[in-house]
Amino acid sequence: MSLQREAGGAQLRLTGTWTLPEAARLARGIEALSLPKGERLGIEAGGLERLDTAGAVLLNRLVGKLGKQADVHWQNLKPEHQVLLDYVTNCNPAAAAPPPSDNGLVRFISHLGWLAIFFLREARRFIAFIGRVVEAAVMTMLRPRRLRLTSTLFHMEQTGLNALPIVGLISFLIGVVMAYQGADQLQQFGAEVFVVNLVAVSVLRELGILLTAIVVAGRSGSAFTAQIGSMKVNEEVDAIRTLGLDPIEVLVLPRVLALMLTLPLLTFFADIMGLLGGALMAWVALDITPFLFFERLHEAVTIWSFLVGMIKAPVFAALIAMVGCYEGLRVKRDAESVGRLTTRSVVQSIFLVIVADALFSIFFSAIGV
Amino acid sequence: MSMTKDVAIRVRGLVNAFDGFKVHDGLDLDVMRGEVLGVVGGSGTGKSVLLRTIIGLNQPQAGSIDLLGSDMIGGDDAARRNARQRIGVLFQDGALFSSLTVAQNIQVPLKEFYKLPDDLLQEIAAAKIRMVGLPDSAGGKIPSELSGGMRKRAGLARALALDPEVVFLDEPTAGLDPIGAAAFDTLVRDLQKALGLTVFMVTHDLDSLYAICDRIAVLAEKKVLAVGPLPSLLGHPHPWIQEYFHGPRARAAATTAEAADAAGSAAKES
Repeated sequence: MSLQREAGGAQLRLTGTWTLPEAARLARGIEALSLPKGERLGIEAGGLERLDTAGAVLLNRLVGKLGKQADVHWQNLKPEHQVLLDYVTNCNPAAAAPPPSDNGLVRFISHLGWLAIFFLREARRFIAFIGRVVEAAVMTMLRPRRLRLTSTLFHMEQTGLNALPIVGLISFLIGVVMAYQGADQLQQFGAEVFVVNLVAVSVLRELGILLTAIVVAGRSGSAFTAQIGSMKVNEEVDAIRTLGLDPIEVLVLPRVLALMLTLPLLTFFADIMGLLGGALMAWVALDITPFLFFERLHEAVTIWSFLVGMIKAPVFAALIAMVGCYEGLRVKRDAESVGRLTTRSVVQSIFLVIVADALFSIFFSAIGV
Repeated sequence: MSMTKDVAIRVRGLVNAFDGFKVHDGLDLDVMRGEVLGVVGGSGTGKSVLLRTIIGLNQPQAGSIDLLGSDMIGGDDAARRNARQRIGVLFQDGALFSSLTVAQNIQVPLKEFYKLPDDLLQEIAAAKIRMVGLPDSAGGKIPSELSGGMRKRAGLARALALDPEVVFLDEPTAGLDPIGAAAFDTLVRDLQKALGLTVFMVTHDLDSLYAICDRIAVLAEKKVLAVGPLPSLLGHPHPWIQEYFHGPRARAAATTAEAADAAGSAAKES
């Protein structure tokens, strides 16, 4: 690119390649170009060897800049370059720019407002969904033949049997940890033997069910969302509807029922494993023999400690399964929403489980068990 | 159109097998510079596999592939990288990055390979959006806000971001309505002429074959059974080719193409 002043105007000579690799350098060159004051400016493009879109954009920019000062006309522009130049003239990059944002405080407050609206709307939808599931459950109870037995058993295997190893291991380790931490503290008062009470009450009333519910929410709640969500992406859920079937009855009810049956069983298993872990650690760290441990256990807890844990299980199960299915059915027709809603399903079900647990605590203390 | 006898893609003795089942067995193919090559074949004849192998997404069992002078199989990474900068690929549904706007999608390869000022990046992206016939406002939208046809155009804009020499199109008109498909054909043809592109197009669309392809390669029996301009294939004795080009849908497409030609020449005369 070189500029020459001539009689009655100026001549801009374009040479070489105007392509992407040169674009940054050429852009600076155009920026630095000092404008001629002539009335006529000829742009000699005969020496232009190669031109790509970036080059054409730059040429367009050049003409735009010079055109304000001088009367620009092209010389010897090759037809294929003309075609490219025609494509880029009158483009409007501003149209693609994101709209200007409000200031931080306004954005924060409006975001907060939207979150509140979103939360309330979501709560209303979820409650409506629970209603539909209950309705479907009642209808199925009236006509038990409509229950999808195979599907229910399949989900019981998936959510129950296959979760045994991880639930057992976690509960066992928690029993170990409780006994060990308790032993450390209680030894200071010479009250080692109360380790049994500590382990038994905490595992049976709270930890057994809570940890199992959290593991199941992560394992099965997410799986429900992903399964139903990918069916939604594939339009399988719509197909179910057009075949005259009810997705709630076909997809949701077997899962809810399966989880409500398996979570109490898993909780029972977790209780046993937690006590075994506690007993083992009590034996190792405090020389409390298993025989002594279980004799002491008999005095430490009543049947109600165990029942308090077990009563919560089906309620938590229903919450986890319904949140999982609800979020699954909310998936739109893109794969991205499957991932987003799966995450949300896990977070929401764990949150709801803990809220429900707190409500249960208040309830049980009010009735005095 | 000026057709140089320069080869852009040379495939020799390609063997692709999955789980012992051979999809390609000794496949040879040449794609000339500046031509639009349509690749057709029945389901499962490995059209998409061939495309993926040429662009280096699939490692073949045997054979050699030369893409714009780079050896895509035996060569080093630098050569492959060099070749990849000079090609553009339009996947079936556009394969746009869903979290970025269309304009940002187009800027991804530009930012990766070149250091350019921001305003220039935006201007180039806007030019590409205009080139593929999208409204300017499409640049600020994310892919899920676009219709299928617009997504294909946006995908094409991203494929053209680096001003490639060769463009690969995987079923570009699949899923478009006939009007949208015809418009996309015209777009590919116009851009091919304007930018001097070589186009490798996998397609099922007979209308596209008639409308824009210079040559057609037929994949069957694990190799390229026949390759040539459309008229030369019409007389080919192979039963699949006969069925393909003389079936009811092919006749309809041919009639449409002839009618369009006639209308075009009539318009020119008047």
